[in-house]
Amino acid sequence: MTSASISVISGVTGTRLKRAVRLGFKSLWLHRLRSLLTMLGIVFGVCSVIAMLAIGEGASFEAQEKIKSLGSQNIILRSTKPPEEQKVTDKGSQSYVLEYGITYTDIKRIRATIPGVTVVMPARNIREYAWNISRRVDCEVIGTVPWYPAMRNQRVASGRFFTDADMDSCSSVCVLGAEMVPALFPIESPLGKHVRVGGNYYTVIGVMERSAALANNDTVIDANKSVAQHLFIPLETARLRYGDVLMRRRAGTFEAEKIQLHEITVKVDSLEAVTQVAEAIKTLMERNHKKTDYEIVVPLELLRRAEETKRIFNIVLGSIAAISLLVGGIGIMNIMLASVTERTREIGIRRALGARRRDIIVQFLVETVILSGAGGILGVLLGVVIPFIVSQAAGMKTIITFWSPFLAFTISGLVGVVFGIYPALRAAKMDPVEALRHE
Amino acid sequence: MSNPIVHFENVRKTYQMGPVTVEALRGVTFEIQAGEYISIMGPSGCGKSTMLNLLGCLDRPSSGHYRLGGEDVSQMNDDALSAVRGARLGFVFQSYNLIQQLTVVENIEIPLYYQDRPEQQSRDMAHRMAARVGLEQRLEHKPFELSGGQQQRVAIARALVNEPLVILADEPTGNLDSTSGTEIMKLFDELHEQGKTLILVTHDPTVGQRARRTIRLRDGQIESDVRR
Repeated sequence: MTSASISVISGVTGTRLKRAVRLGFKSLWLHRLRSLLTMLGIVFGVCSVIAMLAIGEGASFEAQEKIKSLGSQNIILRSTKPPEEQKVTDKGSQSYVLEYGITYTDIKRIRATIPGVTVVMPARNIREYAWNISRRVDCEVIGTVPWYPAMRNQRVASGRFFTDADMDSCSSVCVLGAEMVPALFPIESPLGKHVRVGGNYYTVIGVMERSAALANNDTVIDANKSVAQHLFIPLETARLRYGDVLMRRRAGTFEAEKIQLHEITVKVDSLEAVTQVAEAIKTLMERNHKKTDYEIVVPLELLRRAEETKRIFNIVLGSIAAISLLVGGIGIMNIMLASVTERTREIGIRRALGARRRDIIVQFLVETVILSGAGGILGVLLGVVIPFIVSQAAGMKTIITFWSPFLAFTISGLVGVVFGIYPALRAAKMDPVEALRHE
Repeated sequence: MSNPIVHFENVRKTYQMGPVTVEALRGVTFEIQAGEYISIMGPSGCGKSTMLNLLGCLDRPSSGHYRLGGEDVSQMNDDALSAVRGARLGFVFQSYNLIQQLTVVENIEIPLYYQDRPEQQSRDMAHRMAARVGLEQRLEHKPFELSGGQQQRVAIARALVNEPLVILADEPTGNLDSTSGTEIMKLFDELHEQGKTLILVTHDPTVGQRARRTIRLRDGQIESDVRR
């Protein structure tokens, strides 16, 4: 079919094709409303391809950015409260203090037994209020090591992160997360100022940069502000100030937890080894922890899963779009068949006056291609505008990949050729004598 | 009588109508010289339409030979026949057969369009032909804005524009009132005087008698061939 149509086109000179295009526009313009309605199928098909891809791409981009900010070579272990039933079996210790979580011993074990692990980054997370005189922010105090920013793909915006010297001397210094600066220090620079956390004062030595993943959606941050408010202090300082037992007093209840470490991040040498190392760590932790008081997060796996989800998403969207383009194509074919019947007489006249079969084929094919092409252009325009409106109105990130308009436009052109060929062949097959007699 | 423009040699045409074979033309032989003005007449069913379709290269004879301008067109393929129609023949139909959405000048241009003539040249020729049939004031009108006689004149201009060897007219006055009919016939007379070869297919004796030669058909055969 296609090779036939190529030979048809090649048998038609450039000027003849140019005139055919002009003629096509003319006869479509003659039936403006009909042409427009016929085009709509293609318009919506193309528009939905681009818009859906843009919205899907935007959503998965955000997810991937978040995962990437965790570091794709990292494996993160977090302490979690063990499930209720496991807590009950532990009642034999008769202790009010609930002891769980990742321990310093775990770090040693990982370092000693698992090859391919470069850095292990421990962290303690404590919920506290941070004060600057009378300003208060509910924040998460993170006691950690100097290489935290490097491992988490975060950067210091101003000042510096604490060093090994700060760690060794247990100095009272802190680095503020960018999100808490406006609340605590709305006017002046926080560097060199003091922040009170609990009963202790810390000198602010640096401010973190806003992380890319979080910067994109301010609304999300506003919704659960406390999550993003971080205050970093050296791990040793945290250990000294808070000890291993954390106490929490709430109305009527008293809760004490003994957690050595809230989180450790393990950096794996190579990307390929991440999955195996994660498996090894899992086995190691299972052997040494009776309770499941930890969780293992592998950003790489999350990333892969996100990519897989995106792939499925694209397939689903792609088939919806393909179906709508198919429907659009059938609509065009239907109208063209009607048009061929309606213009039988014209076909007969043209044949009598010297038009070859291929001239008739080209004439009708050009019309369908113009219809679907114009539909494609309108669809591309709409498909570019809709994601823009969506991101303005719903605050969703949308990304229009540069190839998606081209893809959609090419497909719409192909639809025009494929669905135009049959009506065009039917027009060309007519016997000129019969066609001239047609009323 | 050498080098006839049209040469029919024992031309037969049979149609298969289901189980029945219909012989529309049963061995017709005649010659037409350049500049002749001929009418083909006969009662309905005598094979006039078949003759016209064959003369107009819209159909091929079942057997026999048809030479147009010295070239045997009886066994040509579809593309070649299209080219012959476009370059050597001009058609005038009973129902004018103008394309309704095109203007007068665009209708006249159609045969040139399929000859790949340069646009400006075709436009000029179309203008000249329109002037020749007296329609220079109506160039941008659509066919439905014209009277029947004017429409037929557009059709004649269209038949002339490619400078054909033969102009074929099928009942050219059949849809016209007598006044416009007479005007059209006068136009044909003029064309004859200018040396055009004209073939008129008609069953109207008053029209047929204007021609200088009349071929009468009956039951697919030539009954008489009279020159005046």
